[in-house]
Amino acid sequence: MRLEVNDLHVRYGRVHAVRGVSLTVEEGEVVAVLGANGAGKSSLLKALMGLEPAAEGRVILDDADITRWPTSRRVRQHLALVPEGRRIVTSLTVHENLLMGAFARKDVRSVDAEIADIYSRFPNLAARRDAFASVLSGGEQQMLAIGRGLLSAPKLMMLDEPSLGLSPRLTNEVFALIGELNRSRGLAILLVEQNTHKALELAHRAYVLELGRKVMEGLPSKLRDDPSLRDAYLGRAEPRKHVAG
Amino acid sequence: MSGYLEGVLVLLAINVVYAYAAFLPIAAGQLNLGVAGFAAVGGYASAYLSTTLALSPLIAIPLGGVAAGLVGLGVAVPVLRTRGIYLALATFALGEIVRASILNLEVVGGAAGYPVTAFIRLPTIAMFALGVTVLVWLLFATRFGIAITAVHDDERVADLMGLDVRAFQVAAFTLGSVIAGIGGGLYAHHFSYIEAQYFSISLSISIVLYVLFGGTQSVIGPLLGAAVFTLLPELLRGSAQWRYVLFAAILIVVMVIRPQGLITGAQIRRLLGLRSSASQKERAA
Repeated sequence: MRLEVNDLHVRYGRVHAVRGVSLTVEEGEVVAVLGANGAGKSSLLKALMGLEPAAEGRVILDDADITRWPTSRRVRQHLALVPEGRRIVTSLTVHENLLMGAFARKDVRSVDAEIADIYSRFPNLAARRDAFASVLSGGEQQMLAIGRGLLSAPKLMMLDEPSLGLSPRLTNEVFALIGELNRSRGLAILLVEQNTHKALELAHRAYVLELGRKVMEGLPSKLRDDPSLRDAYLGRAEPRKHVAG
Repeated sequence: MSGYLEGVLVLLAINVVYAYAAFLPIAAGQLNLGVAGFAAVGGYASAYLSTTLALSPLIAIPLGGVAAGLVGLGVAVPVLRTRGIYLALATFALGEIVRASILNLEVVGGAAGYPVTAFIRLPTIAMFALGVTVLVWLLFATRFGIAITAVHDDERVADLMGLDVRAFQVAAFTLGSVIAGIGGGLYAHHFSYIEAQYFSISLSISIVLYVLFGGTQSVIGPLLGAAVFTLLPELLRGSAQWRYVLFAAILIVVMVIRPQGLITGAQIRRLLGLRSSASQKERAA
């Protein structure tokens, strides 16, 4: 499955959050979208998922123009978003949260096997199957959110800041999982991250947004060596001391 | 069975039906203050059918529910565009419009009220109440229950899971209207007389209170709330004219101690959890 975004704009009232972004995600590719807070990364994903309307531009999935499709139809076309902050429904159990992920599916029969697969992958979730999801740690909630996303049988999964609020160890686990899903299932990934180092390790290609505009794109190796990106997002190799004033 | 006991149980059964009518929209995150209006539509429609067409109440009452459901469906789409306090106000206004319309509807007696010839007793009413209870419980045991909880807690996530959030909200509102209509039909056919005054905002508020008091997070909540609101004033009869003061005081104390209602989803899971963890051990063994 191939996603193509042409000159996309997103506006919230007078705020122009995304200003003419174009990008592609090829079949089986991991693409990272980098940028500081307020660069328009989340707005971009929301528009791709139909949670926010596109003010201008087009979103094309394979050969279909999905720019005006409602979210539910995009989900059925195998597009999934693991939202920022995970957004687990805490008054449902772990198991119910997973079941929820499969709501748009028609092939209900294979869902049980897939849930079993997710449980074998995450024994912590299996152990808390019938507990309220509120008892899970941040890392477990992220795994649950990804598991829930997987249950909609996506071919392209978008993840909004999956490392947010996680310890370095858990961040590594989440990134390892994303990489593994990409390799084993050919799942295409569109990853929005502030953890630029980790994202560039995983991604095949990356885009950099600044104030809603695309300012850079290319291979991770190239972006890593780019001096302006290094200054803006990667930090220096030697941590700089901030001088007051 | 004494007439008094039967009277109390009839009220209990009707109040249980009303409570589920308010519970369905509340479970989907909508405060419907127009339940009495839908009860009025169902009550008058079923009374009209059984009186003029000589339909059996067993048929007329469900048809009254359908009539209320059609009104609910018709208004759900515009009304559910509003949220929170505005939705409460819109549904309140809706209930008042229904009441005012009935006052001017001479074919059902207008302000003089409407006598109902067909009569039903406790067993029939209890059967309807049981049917509504079982229906709602079954509904919440399916994925509809999970979906409604998701819509209530986080519309955006429900959206992300491919649920048609709007359709679920409309369905919960409409089904609540059907149940309210059935409640109104039961009332009309037991008390043999209905008037617009009965279906006032204070009825709507009482019904919503049953649910808030019993707990909005589980299907047991409305049952419990309706039972407390119906039976407690009766149990306090000994204190004569002070009983409503006492009753109100008890309500305030309970709501202070348990703002989430008498029973929550967590408590039910804990009760059921005893069973499911035991069965897990069996599976492991």
